[in-house]
Amino acid sequence: MLRLPRFTYHRPTSAAEAVKIAADHGPASQYVAGGTDLYPNMKRRVQTPTEVIALSGCADLVGVSGSAAEGITVGAMTTLTSLEKDPALQAAHPALVHAASVISTPLLRNMGTIGGNLLLDTRCNYYDQSHEWRESISFCMKCSGDTCWVAPSSPRCWAVQSSDTVPLLCAVGAEVSLIGPEGERRIPVADLYQDDGIAFTTKKPGELLTHLHLPAVDGTWRASYRKLRRRDTFDFPVLGIGAWLRFDGDVCTAAEIRIGGAGSYAIPATKTAELLIGEKLVAGDAAAEERITAAAQEAFKPTRAMDNTDHFASWRKKMAPVFVARALRDCLG
Amino acid sequence: MTAPKVLGGFVVNGERHQTAFQPHRTLLEVLREDLDLTGTKHGCELGECGACTVLVDGTPVLSCLVLALEAQGKDVTTIEGLADGPDLHPLQDFFAELGASQCGYCSAGFMLAAKKLLEDNPDPTRDEIRRALSGNICRCTGYIKIFEAVELAARRLRGEDATPSREALHGQ
Repeated sequence: MLRLPRFTYHRPTSAAEAVKIAADHGPASQYVAGGTDLYPNMKRRVQTPTEVIALSGCADLVGVSGSAAEGITVGAMTTLTSLEKDPALQAAHPALVHAASVISTPLLRNMGTIGGNLLLDTRCNYYDQSHEWRESISFCMKCSGDTCWVAPSSPRCWAVQSSDTVPLLCAVGAEVSLIGPEGERRIPVADLYQDDGIAFTTKKPGELLTHLHLPAVDGTWRASYRKLRRRDTFDFPVLGIGAWLRFDGDVCTAAEIRIGGAGSYAIPATKTAELLIGEKLVAGDAAAEERITAAAQEAFKPTRAMDNTDHFASWRKKMAPVFVARALRDCLG
Repeated sequence: MTAPKVLGGFVVNGERHQTAFQPHRTLLEVLREDLDLTGTKHGCELGECGACTVLVDGTPVLSCLVLALEAQGKDVTTIEGLADGPDLHPLQDFFAELGASQCGYCSAGFMLAAKKLLEDNPDPTRDEIRRALSGNICRCTGYIKIFEAVELAARRLRGEDATPSREALHGQ
């Protein structure tokens, strides 16, 4: 039976109190939101905080506020089910609602939160295993060892970015607020991540992600999220494409495409975006379809799929242009 | 090191319980091992199967990933609380009648997830049932019997005729 390791449990009632507890206990502490990522990791002994700071009592981290025109703010402890069912978000941010609705299962979404999903640990077939399994082949570099088993000669860890909301939120230019011992800061979601399987966020020690800020909806942009996985439930993305296009009339004036599930962060498909800017893109138009297919093909190269998730890496890489094209077509309305 | 126990109180199936447990123990462990409510099953214990589903304040959650401490002061419903005295819940009746419960390991989780669905949506489509139960895995039935049992339970709860078809009971 997989039991949790022993720990001391803290239940602050505000974000400020949570940050203070984390500062008092340093690296031995860890925040827990819904627990759907941390507790399995603790059961597998890949994360072993001795001070667990539960955020479930922090009322200041829950809820959806603001307006579509000014920008909606979502508290980090808002559950994925609440986010999925929120009428304001459904109307203003259907792509985000869709991305949240395809995370794991309804039961997990009742527990999991948007903050937790943003900070979902990177995943790897050699890491998301029991202590005994990992020990039997010698521990990998993400936990207790020094070899990356998917690329043994690599000096770095290649664990995979696996959150569904992150590629989309990077693409649409959303922001997050963090508070920590050094005060509060607000940064683009894209700046919260870096290309490393172990140190995959830029969150500073003791910092707490408190809110997600969505961009204002002004009718000039559309976004989409497309997910590839084996089963239509439970599974993490083995490709998760976030796409965002801004239009002036029929002409695309800005584009951002992020490839999730194919590297340690949501990789920008820069060349794809460049090929679309300035182009006339109308749904159903044969020329637009050609442009999208050609631009999407450029997503093949930056996709760094490796054999450390479900499906063959070579097939996932081939699927990247297909899913990018689908996400872009969604953005044509 | 033995972590000090804490005294937790929650209402399980309408009964108030007070029990002492260590902070790292999950609701699943306390239900099964301290309260002897073994109807809730432990499956994968990692959130990948749905066997341990219980209702906390009416919402289906995975008891293997909820600390017992987090359920303090809340209303917990397990499969033992589904029947009304000697009368089985319609979901239990139809799971038994149709063979929607075969080895039975997943059944408690399915029925509790379905209970919430039918409270929110008394007349769900097959697709809505499929979605609501997509966090529960069954390795025996192939799911069709489970979906039919939920549809029949919904009909009975709506006060409509809920006679299973001959095909549902005996196959073609």
